[in-house]
Amino acid sequence: MTEPLITAGDLSVHYPLRGNLFGPKPVVKAVDGINLQIERGSFFGLVGESGSGKTTLGRALLQAAPITRGDVTYRDGEVNYRINDLAGDDLKDFRKRAQLIFQDPYAALSPRMTVRDIIAEPLEVMQLTANREETDERVREVAAKCRLNLEHLRRYPHAFSGGQRQRISIARALVSSPRFIVADESVAALDVSIQADVLNLLQSISNEMQLTFLFISHDLSVVAHVCDHVAVMYLGSLVETASTRELFNAPRHPYTRALMSAIPSLDPDNRGNAQKLEGEIPSPTNPPPGCKFQTRCPHATDLCRQQEPKLDTMNGEHQVACHHWQTL
Amino acid sequence: MPDANQQPLISVENLSIQFRTSEGLVTAVDNVSFDIQAGEVLGLVGESGSGKSVTAKALMLLNAENAVYGEHSRITVNTGADTIDVLSLQRPQDRMQIRGGLISMIFQEPMASFAPAMSVGSQMVEQLLLHTTMTKAEAREHSIDMLNRVGISDASKRFKQYAFEFSGGMRQRAMIAMALSTKPRLLIADEPTTALDVTIQAHVIDLMLDLVEEFKMGILFITHDLGVIAQTADRVAVMYLGNLLETGPVRPVIRTPSHPYTRGLLNALPRLDDLDAPLTPIPGDIPSPLERPGGCVFHTRCSQAIAGQCNSVAPAVVEVQPDHRVACVLRDPAGGRV
Repeated sequence: MTEPLITAGDLSVHYPLRGNLFGPKPVVKAVDGINLQIERGSFFGLVGESGSGKTTLGRALLQAAPITRGDVTYRDGEVNYRINDLAGDDLKDFRKRAQLIFQDPYAALSPRMTVRDIIAEPLEVMQLTANREETDERVREVAAKCRLNLEHLRRYPHAFSGGQRQRISIARALVSSPRFIVADESVAALDVSIQADVLNLLQSISNEMQLTFLFISHDLSVVAHVCDHVAVMYLGSLVETASTRELFNAPRHPYTRALMSAIPSLDPDNRGNAQKLEGEIPSPTNPPPGCKFQTRCPHATDLCRQQEPKLDTMNGEHQVACHHWQTL
Repeated sequence: MPDANQQPLISVENLSIQFRTSEGLVTAVDNVSFDIQAGEVLGLVGESGSGKSVTAKALMLLNAENAVYGEHSRITVNTGADTIDVLSLQRPQDRMQIRGGLISMIFQEPMASFAPAMSVGSQMVEQLLLHTTMTKAEAREHSIDMLNRVGISDASKRFKQYAFEFSGGMRQRAMIAMALSTKPRLLIADEPTTALDVTIQAHVIDLMLDLVEEFKMGILFITHDLGVIAQTADRVAVMYLGNLLETGPVRPVIRTPSHPYTRGLLNALPRLDDLDAPLTPIPGDIPSPLERPGGCVFHTRCSQAIAGQCNSVAPAVVEVQPDHRVACVLRDPAGGRV
C-alpha cells in the first residue's frame, strides 16, 4: 500500500440553520464523521445521490467548506499540511497543490476573458511565473496537453462546445502543476460521446502527471470505468468503500446494491428488474436514528433502527457500514 | 404491444423546420418522418443540438414565432373520429385541442414547469377546467386521484402545496399526473428523468410504462441515454443534426446498430457488464447548425466516411430489416462499396 495523500479522520461539516427561539438550533449534517484515505496516484471515486454530501466532502478536503470537527491531513512527500488550520503562505502553497474542476463548463469560465487569460490567471494570481513569456509558454504547454491549439487560446469561451469548455477548465486546473484534483461531476453535463473523450483525457493526465484525483459523480457506470477505488456516500456518511473491481463484483451494502441495480440496463429484454428503493433520501437536518439508510432499506431490523453501524473491514481494503453485511 | 394494422396515432411526414435568425435561415430539422401508434413508446435519441426538442415542440406548435415549417411537412393526429392537420391550425382555440388536450408534454426540469406562485393543485384544476367539461369540484377530486395514482402519498395535502415544497422526484410525478389528467392520446416526455437520481429514475420509468399500458396512449420519449431507451421504448429513432439516421424496433437498433453514429453512441457508453472495455468517443463535436455539412450530415465525424461520396451525396434511407431503416451509404446496395 502506498502512502496516503489525503487522510480524513472523523471529518464533519455541519451548517447551523436559523432555529426558533426555543429548543436547540437545527443543524444540517452535510458531512458527518467520515474516515477516508486517498492514496497517492489514485483515481478515487465518490458516488451517491444528490443530497448525500459528496460535494461538501470534496470541498472540505480543499478547505473550501468549513470543517466542524475532525482532521484532514495532506502529505505529498514534499510538504505535510493539516488542512483544518492552514493559513497564510502555507494555504497559498496548498492552493497551488490542490485544484477543483467544476460541473458546469458554461458557468465556470468567465465570458469576458480569452481562453489564454483564463488558463493564465492562476499563474498570475499565484505568481508562479516570472514574466509574460514564461506564462505564455506554460499556458501553451498545458493547453496542448488538453488538446487546445493556439487558435483556441485567442478565442472567448462562448465559441466553444461543452466538451471543449471542459477541456479549458481542466487546463486551468492543471496550470499550477497540482498534485491533487477534485473533479466534481465534471462530465455530468456532457453528451456521452464527448463524456468518453473527457474521461479518457482525465485518465491519461492522471497517469502521465502522477496526479491524485477525487472524482465525484452520481453515475456509477462512469466511476466504474475510470476509478481504481470507490467510496459510496449516503446522507453524510460513507456506507461502503473498496477497490472498484471488488465493489462492483461483490457489493455488500444494500444501498450500493440498489444504486447498481437502478442503472438502466442496455438489454431491452431485461426490463423493470431494477431494485426499487422506497422513498427518497431523508433530510440531513433530521437524519433517521440508527443506520441512516434504515428508512429505505429492505433488510432493516430493530438493531438498524437503534444503533448506527460503523465502517467494518471485511477483507483488505473493502469496508462496509452495515450491521448485516455478513448475512446479506 | 401496438396493433400494426390500425392507423397511427400521429404521423409526421417530411418535417422540416428552419429558424429565421439575424444570421439567416438555420435548419434545425430536415425532412424527418415517423409514426407513433397508440400504446407505443417511440424513443428519440440524440446529442444536445440534434433537434429532438424542436421536433417534439412542433407536434404541439410550441416552437418560437421565427420557426418556418417546410412546404411538404405534415403532422397528422388521428383521434379515431377524425384527423387533424396540426400545422394548418391557426386559431388559438383550434390549437388548444392539441395543446394539453390530445397531446401533453412533460419537461426535463420540473421546477421550471410549475408556476412558482400557484399551488400545484390549482394548476392541475386550471387545465382540467380548460380542456374538459368538469366542474371545479370534480376537477379537484380527479386531480387528487391522479396524484394518488402516480404514488404521491397524502395527496390531498400535497394538492394544496407549492412546487418548491416537493422533492425533485415528487415534482416529476406531479408533472406526470398533471399531464395525464386530461387523458391525452400522446404524451411527449422531453428528458423526463435526466435531472433525477437513478433510484428515482427507475420509479418514474416504471410509472410511465404502467400508464401507457393503462391509458393506451402513445409516448414520444426523448432522451440522450440509450440505457433509458432500452428500458422504455418499443421503437427507436436516432437523430443527428436534424436528420433521422436510423429508426427501428428497439432490439435490433441496440443489438445490431446499422449506422456508424448509433454504433459510436453505444461504444462511448460506460457499461457495467464490461469494466475493461475502453470508452471510445465519437471524434470531434457536433457541428453548428449554421455550418451544416453537405452530403451525409455525420460525415465530418464518421470513421468510415468515403471521400467524394459521403461529403457530397445525401444517403438514401434503406430498409435493412423489416421496419429497421438506416440512412447510410454503407448500407445501401445501390450506393455500392460496402
